Amino acid sequence: MSVGAIAAGRSRRLAKRRTVIGALVVAVIGMYAVTLMVGQTFYSPGDVARVIAGQTVPGASFTVGELRLPRATLAILTGIAFALGGATFQTMLRNPLASPDIIGISHGASAAAVFAITVLTVSGAAVSFVAIVASLATAMAIYVLSFRDGVVGTRLILIGIGIAAMLQSVVSYLLIRASTWDLQVAMRWITGSINGASWSLALPLVCAVVVLGGILLAHSRQLELLQLGDESASALGVRVERTRLVVIVAAVGLIAFATAAAGPIAFVAFLSGPIAARLVGPTGSVLVPAALVGALLVLTADLLGQFAFGTRYPVGVITGVLGAPYLVYLLIRTNRAGGSL
Amino acid sequence: MTDAHTLHTEQLSLGYGDRVVVDSLDLTIPTGRITTIVGANACGKSTLLRAMARLLAPRNGRVVLDGKDLHRLPTKEVARTLGLLPQSPIAPEGIAVADLVGRGRHPHQKVFARWSREDEAAVLSALEATGTTELADRSVDELSGGQRQRVWIAMALAQQTDLLLLDEPTTFLDVTHQIEVLDLLTDLNRQRGTTIVMVLHDLNLAARYADHLIAVAGGALHAAGSPADVLTAATVREVFGLESEVVADPTSGKPMMLPIGRYHARQVQPATATATEASG
Amino acid sequence: MSATLLTRPGPDDAMMRRPVPVRLLVLLAGVAVLVLAAALSVAFGTRIVAWQDIVSAFTTSADGIAEAAVRQRVPRTVLAMLVGASLGVAGAVLQGLTRNPLADPMILGITPGASLAVVSGIAFFGLSTATGYIWVAIVGAALASAFVYTIGSLGRGGPTPLKLALSGAATTAAFTSLISAILLPRIDVMNVFRFWQVGGVGGASYSRIGQVLPFLVVGALLCLVCVRGLNTLALGDDLARGLGERVMVTRIVAFLGAVTLCGAATAVAGPIAFVGLVVPHVCRLLVGVDHRWLLASAGLLGAILLTVADVVGRIVARPSEIDVGIVTAIIGAPFFIYVVRRQKVRAL
Repeated sequence: MSVGAIAAGRSRRLAKRRTVIGALVVAVIGMYAVTLMVGQTFYSPGDVARVIAGQTVPGASFTVGELRLPRATLAILTGIAFALGGATFQTMLRNPLASPDIIGISHGASAAAVFAITVLTVSGAAVSFVAIVASLATAMAIYVLSFRDGVVGTRLILIGIGIAAMLQSVVSYLLIRASTWDLQVAMRWITGSINGASWSLALPLVCAVVVLGGILLAHSRQLELLQLGDESASALGVRVERTRLVVIVAAVGLIAFATAAAGPIAFVAFLSGPIAARLVGPTGSVLVPAALVGALLVLTADLLGQFAFGTRYPVGVITGVLGAPYLVYLLIRTNRAGGSL
Repeated sequence: MTDAHTLHTEQLSLGYGDRVVVDSLDLTIPTGRITTIVGANACGKSTLLRAMARLLAPRNGRVVLDGKDLHRLPTKEVARTLGLLPQSPIAPEGIAVADLVGRGRHPHQKVFARWSREDEAAVLSALEATGTTELADRSVDELSGGQRQRVWIAMALAQQTDLLLLDEPTTFLDVTHQIEVLDLLTDLNRQRGTTIVMVLHDLNLAARYADHLIAVAGGALHAAGSPADVLTAATVREVFGLESEVVADPTSGKPMMLPIGRYHARQVQPATATATEASG
Repeated sequence: MSATLLTRPGPDDAMMRRPVPVRLLVLLAGVAVLVLAAALSVAFGTRIVAWQDIVSAFTTSADGIAEAAVRQRVPRTVLAMLVGASLGVAGAVLQGLTRNPLADPMILGITPGASLAVVSGIAFFGLSTATGYIWVAIVGAALASAFVYTIGSLGRGGPTPLKLALSGAATTAAFTSLISAILLPRIDVMNVFRFWQVGGVGGASYSRIGQVLPFLVVGALLCLVCVRGLNTLALGDDLARGLGERVMVTRIVAFLGAVTLCGAATAVAGPIAFVGLVVPHVCRLLVGVDHRWLLASAGLLGAILLTVADVVGRIVARPSEIDVGIVTAIIGAPFFIYVVRRQKVRAL
């Protein structure tokens, strides 16, 4: 094989990556447009464009401008945030199953939110705030409990699962105490829903995605090296513990803000990374394609949940039901491949 | 390559939890030579290698690279001088050989810099030196054990360090591939002057390929020097608790250890006895 | 490889081969503690009852509030002991069967499987009888755990703690979403289900005990049949085969026994986490690794643990009650973390 052939192989792999990313961007924009146009009433692309440009269109100004636009935007933002957080955990812990919704971090948010709704009987921003604090606290607890001569991925995952099981019991307990009204609010919250979308809900998430997402992207090369194992990564000049801490804080932050805005939408954090990795292949960082897949997932699932069935399902039910079979498939494949752990 | 780098330890003590594994060890790695570390299981040899590779912080004492405390140097700077091949490195699923080897370039890359001409040249030369150019486009998952080990060595080579540490690079390989890997490392040492330090299980291969042999027992240095000086029946008895006979290997003239068990041993013979009986 | 050693005495556990008198003593002490716990469970509660009233509740047919409370607490105590013993034995069998120190009905996805089956039963098939719950829960538990175990043991190294736990957690997550998908549009089912979902023995009655008892007896018998086989299995499949054990048969029978126990216990008391995990670990410390002693002591300790947890739940939140499933989860999770931290990394 000649020198040129190796370079050609590399650029071929990169070209595939660029093509897939390009296609995903187009798909996300397309889906965004569809979400803005379709609903109880259909508005033409022209109407939608005029609303976005700030003109007043009878009917469309309210429906598109006040309802659909924030909802679609929130869908994209939560998709990006969950996907980035999840893919980061999966890459760092070298296990596609080790996403925040499996290892307890989302459970922390759920338990706290249900507590806030049913016991403290608060709503809105207060619930979000409690959820953010609780996810950060849960993540820190898991990290500290699994620290022993450094943090080992396997131990972190197992301890996370233990904590998740405990928090699950707490959630069940709180639900049994809840009044029927609170119960339904709480159930909707822990399933994940963007029904209550508004610009004020989207704003903190925008900041989180920009700042924390930026930090993650800046660390994407270190994350790739961590995939080779802590020892190899360290030998290649990565400050393993420090990188891990920064990256965990950023990823948990993203998950926390997204959870606060929309609840723990099932499996978006979990599925986006593996789907993206399958699409782009193993060349380069999975973060950007994962974020796009996440956005696409939430947009599509929300649209399906609103209009595809007789009942209006919150988005988390759709992602949960769609995600479950893929999760099983992924489990089988990961274990059969021998797992990298 | 560049100027010669030196590596030694001063009163180095290492441990995990409250267990002390290596105690007050002074050790010098000869520059530009091949050093192998041998010792019984759990004697601290891999721990020692991990400390020299900056993976484990010392309890006491220090590891000194070019006159400076290794654990205080910036990580990337160390990574440009000192490479490591761990015992069981992990390949991301489906990654192509050329891309994996390319990851060895990390310590030479700026934060947002793109792939440079030097990076490309380093990867090409690493693939060539390890005979893996033909595999460049293949996925690492598909390779045989021997090929995979050569690819990992290629990644360490792309790192272009003057020092290379390897933790049991021949485990899980059959005898042909063991020799292939050790020959490859010797090529590197001879052609590029790379200082090589490795932990090996097989005493005879360690003696065959080493310029400098270090025997570790109970976390302390037992003997260090040329294989002929270190590998003696007395050393084997003290380090491994095994009776043996050491003869000159008829192929290389290096010392070769023949274990004496409770069976199959003839009366003790002159040092020129043929090896076949005892090892068969 | 080292994962397979975990149920055998390690070098630092040389003390674990306890002499028979010590084991007997442990069992006798266990019985004594259980009797004490049962007495406490009858005496304490939201309402504190004087000893005389307890005696009169048993000996006379007096009809005061105190006597009524006691008569209601007796079946509750019996149920707590039965459920606790079942979960303890099932946990010990599962840990032996999988040679995995983290095997627990909750972690293995048995309880979520039972939950999903019960929810589907209520929502789609109008399930409403107690015996119906039990059958459906056992079938769901069996399917879910067989699934988790099969997936967890694919690939290199067999069912390592990590793979099993991840498979279980992922399956639980999948089941949880399916459960919410079924429940969200059906507020009535949600209301029935949520009371079942938290582990509790509060609604105990003699008729409920009568319904579940046959299942528990069958499950326990199946487990007992396999005791010797489990001892051989602890040495690893290959060695067990070499010793003439029919590995598959033992596995299947022991598995059915454990699943019947957990499924029935879950059906009658809701999911109760971590009892199956904690109890066998403590028992191994007390009586060693011989499954004959292990199962006996796990049954006893399980009963003690659940009875005490139930009493604690009644006392700490007075005048209200905390369900026993929450109490065990809060005791159990730190223990789980302790077990994980104790393992060598390679064994995970």
